[in-house]
Amino acid sequence: MKYVDEFRDGELARGLAAAIARDAEAHRHYRFMEFCGGHTHAISRYGLADLLPDGIRMIHGPGCPVCVLPIGRIDQAIRLAREHRVILATYADTMRVPASQRLTLLRAKALGADVRMVYSTEDALAIARANPHREVVFLAIGFETTTPPTAVAVLHAAEAALGNFSILCNHVLTPAAMHAILDAPQGVAIDGFVGPAHVSTVIGSAPYEPFALDYGKPVVIAGFEPLDLLRAIHLLVRQVNEGRAAVENEFTRAVTRAGNVRAQALVDRVFERRADFEWRGLGTIPASALQLRPEFAHFDAERRFAVAYEPVPDNKACACGEILRGEKRPEECRIFGTACTPENPIGSCMVSSEGACAAHYTYGRLRGAAA
Amino acid sequence: MSAPYARPLDLKHGLVDLTHGSGGRAMAQLIRELFVRELANEYLAQGDDGARLGRATGRLVVATDAHVVSPLFFPGGDIGCLSVNGTINDVAVMGARPLYLAASFVLEEGFPLADLAKIAASMGRASREAGVPVVTGDTKVVERGKADGVFITTTGVGELRDGIDCSGANARPGDVVLLSGPIGAHGMAIMACRENLSFDAPIVSDTAALHGLVDALLRAAPGLHTMRDATRGGVGATLNEIAQQSGVGIEIDEAAIPIPAPVEAACELLGLDPLYVANEGRLLAICPPDLAGDALGALRAHPLGAGATRIGRVIEDPRRFVQMRTRLGGRRIVDWLHGDQLPRIC
Ligand code: SF4
Repeated sequence: MKYVDEFRDGELARGLAAAIARDAEAHRHYRFMEFCGGHTHAISRYGLADLLPDGIRMIHGPGCPVCVLPIGRIDQAIRLAREHRVILATYADTMRVPASQRLTLLRAKALGADVRMVYSTEDALAIARANPHREVVFLAIGFETTTPPTAVAVLHAAEAALGNFSILCNHVLTPAAMHAILDAPQGVAIDGFVGPAHVSTVIGSAPYEPFALDYGKPVVIAGFEPLDLLRAIHLLVRQVNEGRAAVENEFTRAVTRAGNVRAQALVDRVFERRADFEWRGLGTIPASALQLRPEFAHFDAERRFAVAYEPVPDNKACACGEILRGEKRPEECRIFGTACTPENPIGSCMVSSEGACAAHYTYGRLRGAAA
Repeated sequence: MSAPYARPLDLKHGLVDLTHGSGGRAMAQLIRELFVRELANEYLAQGDDGARLGRATGRLVVATDAHVVSPLFFPGGDIGCLSVNGTINDVAVMGARPLYLAASFVLEEGFPLADLAKIAASMGRASREAGVPVVTGDTKVVERGKADGVFITTTGVGELRDGIDCSGANARPGDVVLLSGPIGAHGMAIMACRENLSFDAPIVSDTAALHGLVDALLRAAPGLHTMRDATRGGVGATLNEIAQQSGVGIEIDEAAIPIPAPVEAACELLGLDPLYVANEGRLLAICPPDLAGDALGALRAHPLGAGATRIGRVIEDPRRFVQMRTRLGGRRIVDWLHGDQLPRIC
């Protein structure tokens, strides 16, 4: 526990906050996006926005695996469980994601589908071993952090010739999403990025270099602890003040430039890039997600079962796209907090507590009202 | 009393089967040899479908609670003592003295009688220790797969103390919020079992009957406004209930909330917030500021309240927010839990 506490020290935090306030120039607005849901969570959990001067606004990015899953993907999972009668193994956080026909995996389960919550890919494999006469599909989601465990599971299944196991692959790529945000024809209102913690331990810091070099946006990779975030924000403020754009690494205790080469090789052995993939809130992004390589095709639930992906448009009122590009704030969405709430999410950003709208709903309302 | 049964229950290898719920001889035997023996008291001995109780002088309070927990046995307790303590606490925090309990069991076909015996013994122990007898009960058996081992519903009756008016609706701006001890132990004890997490020191559930603590508290501070045991949904959900019911805001201070290190570590590992983790032996008390010193003193003087702290205050807020000053000095809303972070732990 000591380890954790060191990074949550109130006095250090106040010192850092004071340094940020000193360096932030009064006439400037700083709009920083923390890409990753883990950072969003830390910001709300520790009330960090409260420690920042008014001129600094944090924009919550799309780095929440559950939030970016489009409706059509959850529909596929539900169809696998209901129509193809498979055992669908899934991480708990996908259970409440709204799908078509007012269904969720939770509701499908209540209606009799065999949906099981697992905490690891190992659990999913264990279910497959224990139920040799049933098909077991693992709903694989997440960014670069959760991809290596899925790759390992597929390799294990291949070694053991586990014929009843497959995955519905929704693994997505962080840099591709950052590109999409920066390439928006409307332009972006973002002055810098807090780079992901765990994702960067896998992919390293090199993939962010184009954002600094080509787009002129500073990137500072930060750990998940609140002090990490404050330090990263401080470094971003300095870069902006100095007119610099570089990739800096605050999380040197875990992230290198090259990342985890072994994990990358593992992923590369099992997965290849999809031509494109639809993201909730961001639309279709080329080469932004993974699928199994042809030699592992029989572990691919999309090829094994007739569950073609059918896109379902996001709700028209939902402003997630604009919010993710920093153009709008959550409270500027017409249905924020009225029709769209964490209990009844309409758009992707309200789905998990790490989503931009959900985070603002739980934290930002307080600040908005006090100001 | 001589037993009218050919053979005693096989408490070693026996299993619950459908005849145990059929109203026949097997059911009578199960009730007699297991429940009546472990829970023995004069009311159960009446042997009727209900129990004739003594005359009450004050107003009565009744509370009921269904207990489903997986696993049924966990460090620090099991579903048996949990079902006794939980309902005693629900009655006690109303400001009443718990007098009687009723219990009904839903048993799954195939459930080992040995486990059932352990559960009944644990209920008996908890009820004797608390001095609150289980005066009547019922048993039903459902087919295998229709339940998860055993479900226990307990109902408690208590007598309200004169002059005490404790309610979730009574919190007033300016009041002080007290917490009776460190949080999160019950929920994380269960989660650690389920997820096979092991710690140097296992996390032990805090399940306990709190009526003694409540008694001490009310003696010291009879003008107390609100008491709640912070069970499902933890301190976070309980404070939101109170804020909602009383039409107030509540402001708490994260640094003042004691969280045992293993609980914090386990929460970290599983991505859970200890504020929403269930407790089974912790209460929140809200009182006017002039009573806070006496109330806190009384809590701390009792073994179940030794770790009590003052965690915050009630404020005026038409939005009825529960907000928290974080350890880092920022503020955040402690919102209602959206969905369930821990399914089925109490
Ligand atoms: S409030 Fe809901 S509908 Fe509006 S942008 Fe956010 S997620 Fe979309």
